[in-house]
Amino acid sequence: MQAFEYANPATVRDAVGMLGTKWGEVDVLAGGTDLLSLMKEHIETPRRVVNIKNIKELGGIKKHGTEVRIGATVTLDELERNADIRRYFPVLAEAARGVSSPQMRNMGTVAGDLCQRPRCWYYRNGFGLLGQDKDGKALIPGGENKFHAILGNGGPAYFVSASSLGPALVALGAKIWLVSPSGSRAVDAAKFFVTPQNAGSREIALLPNELVTEVVLPSTDTHSATYEVRQKEALDWPLATASVVLNMAGDTVSSARIVLGHVAPTPWVAADAQAALSGRAVTQAVASEIGKAALEDATPLSQNRYKVQLARVAVKRALLMAAAGKI
Amino acid sequence: MPEYSWPPMDERRVIGKPTKRRDGLEKSTGRAKYSSDQKPPGMLFGALLTSPYAHARITSIDTSEAEHMQGVTAVRVMTAAGKEVQWEGAEIATVAAVTEEIANDALRKIKVQYELLPHLVREEDLVKAGNRAKPAGEQVTGDPDKAFQEADAVIEGSYGIPVITHCCLEPHGNIVQFAGDKVNLWPSTQNVSAIGGDLGKSLEVPAANVHVQMQYIGGGFGSKFAADSWGVEAARLSKASGGKPVKMYLDRATELKIAGNRPSAFANIKVAAKKDGTITAWQSASWATGGMGGGGMPPLPYVFTGIPNVRLNHTAVAVNAGGARAWRAPNHPQASFLTCSALEDLAAKLRMDPLELFNKNLGYTAREATYKAQLQKAAEIMEWQKRWHPRGEGASSGHSSVKQGLGLAINTWGGGGHASQCRTTINPDGSVVLEIGTQDLGTGTRTAIVMVAAETLGLPLGAITLRIGDSDYPPDGASGGSTTIGGVSPSTLKSTTNARNKLFAAVAPALGATPDQLAAVDGRIQVKDNPSKSLPWQDACRKLGTNKISEMGENNPRQPGGLMSQGVGGIQMADVSVDTETGIVKMNKFVAVQDCGLVVNPWLAESQIHGAAIMGICAALFEERVMDEQTGKYLNADMEFYKLAGIADIGEIVVHMDITPENDKRGVIGLGEPPAIGVIACIGNAVANAIGVRVTHVPLTADRVLAALEGRNA
Repeated sequence: MQAFEYANPATVRDAVGMLGTKWGEVDVLAGGTDLLSLMKEHIETPRRVVNIKNIKELGGIKKHGTEVRIGATVTLDELERNADIRRYFPVLAEAARGVSSPQMRNMGTVAGDLCQRPRCWYYRNGFGLLGQDKDGKALIPGGENKFHAILGNGGPAYFVSASSLGPALVALGAKIWLVSPSGSRAVDAAKFFVTPQNAGSREIALLPNELVTEVVLPSTDTHSATYEVRQKEALDWPLATASVVLNMAGDTVSSARIVLGHVAPTPWVAADAQAALSGRAVTQAVASEIGKAALEDATPLSQNRYKVQLARVAVKRALLMAAAGKI
Repeated sequence: MPEYSWPPMDERRVIGKPTKRRDGLEKSTGRAKYSSDQKPPGMLFGALLTSPYAHARITSIDTSEAEHMQGVTAVRVMTAAGKEVQWEGAEIATVAAVTEEIANDALRKIKVQYELLPHLVREEDLVKAGNRAKPAGEQVTGDPDKAFQEADAVIEGSYGIPVITHCCLEPHGNIVQFAGDKVNLWPSTQNVSAIGGDLGKSLEVPAANVHVQMQYIGGGFGSKFAADSWGVEAARLSKASGGKPVKMYLDRATELKIAGNRPSAFANIKVAAKKDGTITAWQSASWATGGMGGGGMPPLPYVFTGIPNVRLNHTAVAVNAGGARAWRAPNHPQASFLTCSALEDLAAKLRMDPLELFNKNLGYTAREATYKAQLQKAAEIMEWQKRWHPRGEGASSGHSSVKQGLGLAINTWGGGGHASQCRTTINPDGSVVLEIGTQDLGTGTRTAIVMVAAETLGLPLGAITLRIGDSDYPPDGASGGSTTIGGVSPSTLKSTTNARNKLFAAVAPALGATPDQLAAVDGRIQVKDNPSKSLPWQDACRKLGTNKISEMGENNPRQPGGLMSQGVGGIQMADVSVDTETGIVKMNKFVAVQDCGLVVNPWLAESQIHGAAIMGICAALFEERVMDEQTGKYLNADMEFYKLAGIADIGEIVVHMDITPENDKRGVIGLGEPPAIGVIACIGNAVANAIGVRVTHVPLTADRVLAALEGRNA
């Protein structure tokens, strides 16, 4: 780990004042479950680390009417145990529970989950965010890509977004609040995740001088579920996930949000599948059909065709769970 | 010389009784100090610079900047300019410094220039191996061509099992102090008595000058016998740093890259049989790698060695990856997987229950009666007769896409005890001390030794002090090959018997008896046929006056004297559920029936099998080393994508130890390895039984299971 300056601000205003203007200068420390290993591997070599765990205003989950506000440093464990989240947003509670290690849930935070870097093993082995050799040749298409993207993988990014909560937040239409020294702004969760076009940029819309402060969930009147396909029951990155949020009129879906996780460089909105579900009841056959529709555009790499099937199944099962769920 | 024997089964008070682990509390509370927990005064931190390339020549190496860093006490080059490195992770240079951080920073200041050379890091495609493939000569028994022609049924299949690593939770390493001509070594080793000699040889220091101490080890599994290059370098760094102790442990990535692995095994197999399931011929063309040394042929066909017509070919493939080391029953899990997979495929082709096919061919094995009884017992526990179904024809349970299946596999191992010496001291105050230069790998060796001593001396377990893990104690063999329990049990029995007999001699006059009329029972020395004539242990020991008793006992592997032996068999069965929509495999139940001679402590024996089963489940379902041919990198040298099972992935484990008077008569036999052998094979067979098609290569991950299912549908 490269030596660094450690800052321990007590307020958001102080914290944002300590951030950098370029990526790589300053890193934000919350749970540290990702940052510490990045620093130990010298993938991140910040000159300053800003700890935000002592900023009180970044904690807590509060319900105002139909709106729920989740602080940046709320842990995955707090999120998963929260009665309102469990009751009104099972899609999110289940996504948090999918991080199936109590230690990781105890340390990992909401903002950390959103801002963590990809787990692509080329990136983690020092070949850059896009997995390229020193001549700029992409290593992933002809390499070991069984855990890589099957959607949005036309290049140059082939990694999958590591966020567990991202797909659920996109499906819920959540807003993510960002604060910088010059003010604050809210970004739709769907726009928070971006596919980088070069190795120096990030996979999120956050700017280097901004801090995620809270996540706001809108309506509570939905049926929702997340389904993860994981190789292991114990802590393991999902192979594919689906988060679905349904507005129901009786047994019929009036509108649906279907978002895939761990299959693309961002949470992946299956727009055609969403549209195809409108006005229909969720039966086994319909869920299966929608699962297929959600993966219509998949372009698997040499070793990850199986993920297309896994994602279809995830959509099908999430839909059936959501439709069966009671609020 | 007295005759030594185990007490008759029905007279044992301690041996054979389920007994709690002696160091359980220390370990579970963290009070147990591993070598890596030691902190001798003035300790420095060592760090190891390794090659980022799979194959390269070092054209220059400049350590000057590192040497001049404040806090750095020594820098040493392990691979000089002009030399080649042949795998990623190969040792280049070491640094010692006053803090771990400075040591790691200093590594980054060492400037190494490499000239890249061509590499091969993957071996599963033999065609691509080119001149890295070294075929061994063909071995033929009988007339396999004729047998294949005349067979009623022939199956052909390709199977594969990858390189996996030991994943010791405590990585390889040690703390070492080399001052003057004396060395103090705190290693993580399976070899307390002899590692000092190994280190001394490299350092040109007499073995007698190397003092080795280790109380606990966080896993070895066959990979921790030698002093290791980094251990030797740590000693040299210590010497170069004015004799201050140096701590040097591999980081996780380096641990996975260079501290040993289990070789792979791939094979194209053909088996012939008669209609009734009698196997008539076996043919296999196998290949394997364990690094640049290639990989030897697993013992094929496994266990069924009497098959009359056999043709064997094997090719060793040299790849640019870290070298193999013994991994719990070297080459047996591979052999069991290849053989049992092919035999289960044969049974499926014949539409036979594999249990019947195995039974039918037990005449080809070295222990027909044992396996027959074990198959029956395992089947009973698994409810095989009731629950087995022909391949792929089971009813779906629960969620409609989930299929259940059963599989079985067979194992064999030696397990004879190693050379061992034990010293028993009985002090005039009644205290008893045992000393053996052995190590407890977590298997319960401490507990077993004390149980044997308590039995012989008629004392409670708590009355005996045991000292192990120190090279100053009487020597004991390395704990490899399942040899420890068969070594320490006889040496302890003999040593404690000798000491007890000396005590009898000292006490006999006071009890008006001859020494051979005495017995040590329940903390007293008494006349055998007249227990009213007795002395409490302490009073008896007082008769020693000022002279303590110190007696040796030795296990000589060549003269087991009926106290230990070798050669065991076991049957393992798996019950799995496979989600055919996702290809995810879940363990429901694992059954192990194991022959193991005289069982000193049934709880520890069962615990050994639990550990072996878990290790096998990890290998069957999750573990593989992923090498990238483009970059030569070991991509998953971590605990994230090098996947190990968690407790929820294990399922139920049922162990049946074959404790019978016949087995007991054979004496003590080691158990570390045999239960790790058949796990992968029986899980693979259970998956085939569940989904109706063979998944030819392990681990049985979603991609492989779905591909196999699609192959059938295509």
